[in-house]
Amino acid sequence: MTTRLAKTQSHSTTLPDLIRPYGDTTGDGMVQVSFTLPIGHDKRAEGAALQLAAKMGLAPALLVHAKAMGPDFTFFVVYGSVTHLVDLREVEVVEREFPLLSPKDVNASIKKRLHRKLVIVGACIGTDAHTVGIDAILNIKGFAGEKGLEYYSEFTVVNGGAQVLVPELVALARSEKADAVLVSQVVTQKDAHIHNTMTMSAAFREAYPAGQVPLLVVGGPRFEQGSADKLGVDRIFGKGTTPGEVASYLVHAMATRA
Amino acid sequence: MSTVRRTSPATPKLELDPIVIRKARSLARKAGAPVVKLARTHTTVSVERAVLRLAGLSGADHDGVPWVNHLLNTVRDEVGLEHGVTTPVFDALRRGEAPDLLTLAQKSAAGSVSFRLPGGRDLRAGQSLAMRSVKSGMARIDKSRATRDRMVKRHGDPLRRPWIYLIVATGDIYEDIPQAQTAAREGADIIAVIRSTGQSLLDYVPEGATREGYAGTYATQENFRLMRAALDDVSKELGRYVRLTNYASGLCMPEIAVLAGLERLDMMLNDSMYGILFRDINPIRTFVDQRFSRQIHARAGIIINTGEDNYLTTADAIEAAHTVTVSQLMNEYFAKEAGLADWQIGLGHAFEINPDIPDSFRIELAHAMLARQLFPNAPLKWMPPTKHMTGDVFRGYLLDGFFNLAGAMTGQGILLVGMMTEAVVTPFLSDRDLALQNVRYVLNAAGGLTEDFHPPRDGFIQNRARQVLSEAVELLEKIVTDTGQPGAVPLLQAIGDGTFGLMKRPADAGKGLDGVVTCAPGYDNPATTLLEGGAGK
Repeated sequence: MTTRLAKTQSHSTTLPDLIRPYGDTTGDGMVQVSFTLPIGHDKRAEGAALQLAAKMGLAPALLVHAKAMGPDFTFFVVYGSVTHLVDLREVEVVEREFPLLSPKDVNASIKKRLHRKLVIVGACIGTDAHTVGIDAILNIKGFAGEKGLEYYSEFTVVNGGAQVLVPELVALARSEKADAVLVSQVVTQKDAHIHNTMTMSAAFREAYPAGQVPLLVVGGPRFEQGSADKLGVDRIFGKGTTPGEVASYLVHAMATRA
Repeated sequence: MSTVRRTSPATPKLELDPIVIRKARSLARKAGAPVVKLARTHTTVSVERAVLRLAGLSGADHDGVPWVNHLLNTVRDEVGLEHGVTTPVFDALRRGEAPDLLTLAQKSAAGSVSFRLPGGRDLRAGQSLAMRSVKSGMARIDKSRATRDRMVKRHGDPLRRPWIYLIVATGDIYEDIPQAQTAAREGADIIAVIRSTGQSLLDYVPEGATREGYAGTYATQENFRLMRAALDDVSKELGRYVRLTNYASGLCMPEIAVLAGLERLDMMLNDSMYGILFRDINPIRTFVDQRFSRQIHARAGIIINTGEDNYLTTADAIEAAHTVTVSQLMNEYFAKEAGLADWQIGLGHAFEINPDIPDSFRIELAHAMLARQLFPNAPLKWMPPTKHMTGDVFRGYLLDGFFNLAGAMTGQGILLVGMMTEAVVTPFLSDRDLALQNVRYVLNAAGGLTEDFHPPRDGFIQNRARQVLSEAVELLEKIVTDTGQPGAVPLLQAIGDGTFGLMKRPADAGKGLDGVVTCAPGYDNPATTLLEGGAGK
């Protein structure tokens, strides 16, 4: 291999702050990438691929595979050494406040802590008839390859459906003895989602003795992260949230409450 | 030489006990018959709207509310649906309330028309007028079927089985079209357009060409027409008839089935219990809608695809293997009862066993062969791994290779192409190309293996297949004996108890329940009359 570099760096006991990708030798910086360019396969296309590789920081770059996909596209595989260094001191990690658990661990955790099933009531409130969000989280069909909360043996899920009035939702939560209430707001205008959510959280605080209000969780693409306190709810979930995240959060929140 | 071998694949033999197979089918019949009886004595808003569509009513108001919904809702409010929607509707036309169906629907939306239930001569005259209109809709479906037959004859079927099934789903029909044509040129025999998330829970069919969807494209009559026309072009270019698939599922499955029949779709996803279990749609609503939509599919020459793969994505693929078999048997019973022929019943199953389990591939082979042998004349739909696709695309590519191999070795009919980027991103152009290379390599290299591959007598594979079959029989026995109160329908009881896929779905709950109506004596549905008179055609 022409790209293999002789390494003289000594191994220290502490991890270095600067690292490079590892192909088969420390510090060789080797990576492989594959991509498609929207041009037919010829010499020029291969040159274009190498140009892209160079701009991505691969030097030297080795074009190992190029294949026409119809007359207008070419697929490339490129190996090469990246010129970039990674500075570990500059890596920022945004931590979720709860660990992601598998459905099995979620079930086991509820069984151990609660000794009964965790009751979840979900609904779309206000005029929003778009149950896409709440159904993606609750229905067993789920979302993004993850099964919905109905799939979890230790959850009892009651889906109130769309356009549920706040008093109805409170009544439903009381009659089902809900531990958590999930509310979805997908289609909203003039900040209706904010108004609806504040009305909902106020109604729950009014209907329940202090400290016994079920966990209030809202989800939707328009909610601002970090506004949970303002809205009077326990947690906000944004676009792309999966059922597994919600389930893991519920376990975490129940544990911190208890 | 090799092509000769492939056209007549010898089905691998499992040496199943024919007595057990007969027992399994008779139990499925026993479980299904009371449900069919229930379906015959009920109708739904969607069945009635489907009949209005057959009678020629289409389009929507400027808010997108279809005219069939307007007309049906008014009739329901004024006289109810117990006698069928067509009798009061065509009586109103006879009385001169409006010159045609569309005007009648528009007037009904404005509240300027009144409906009644006619009696005597008026009743018979209204019903015969309704029959004439619905008959012409049925004739359009028959014509579409004849067109398909002619085009298949002209362009030909794919040269080999399994047929290669590829998915497109951009949300924008005008983006879907070039993608579908490219996929066909790359080797796809069947194009499936995935629907927008949540369409199954809409109690109306959206209208027109749509350019916005969530993780899929809305199923509309216009989208159907546009895509079929685009595939006709590419069929001509390739000299091979490229089939089109969509979904007759959810709350509007009867209407979607009618639109599919009119616009010459070739295959429809259509499972007997999927909506109940996975979408929480009311069981009675589902079974009534199901039966009508299957009757339409039978008439239209459409191949149905059932959704057994879903059981394995929620439950363990080994422990729940027998639930797939039970569902296949039920789907077969309901399909045949509705008039579908064997070649139209694309029963589903999937390659979803955890690859970390020892002998996982042998167990997959046993399950795939069991389905192949239980339903020798059905074009089985073989679904790729999804649950154990981790995001490691390299491992996923290998897993898809084994999936393709199992499909080739066991003579599957329809192969849904697995993507190594499953659960990562919507497939790149290159992912689809690589996936098709994978399929082509395996089918070229091992497509003839059905001839050589005979699992040894009483070996691992034969024993596993027998075990699954006997577990399926046990489950069916449990279902038919699951009678709560006298007169209860055992299958509904079992669904209510959570026998399938862990979900409890009682018969008196679920979405769409308010759209279920018990038929009164004298209920008239000209479509059903035509379908049951000559469903076999």
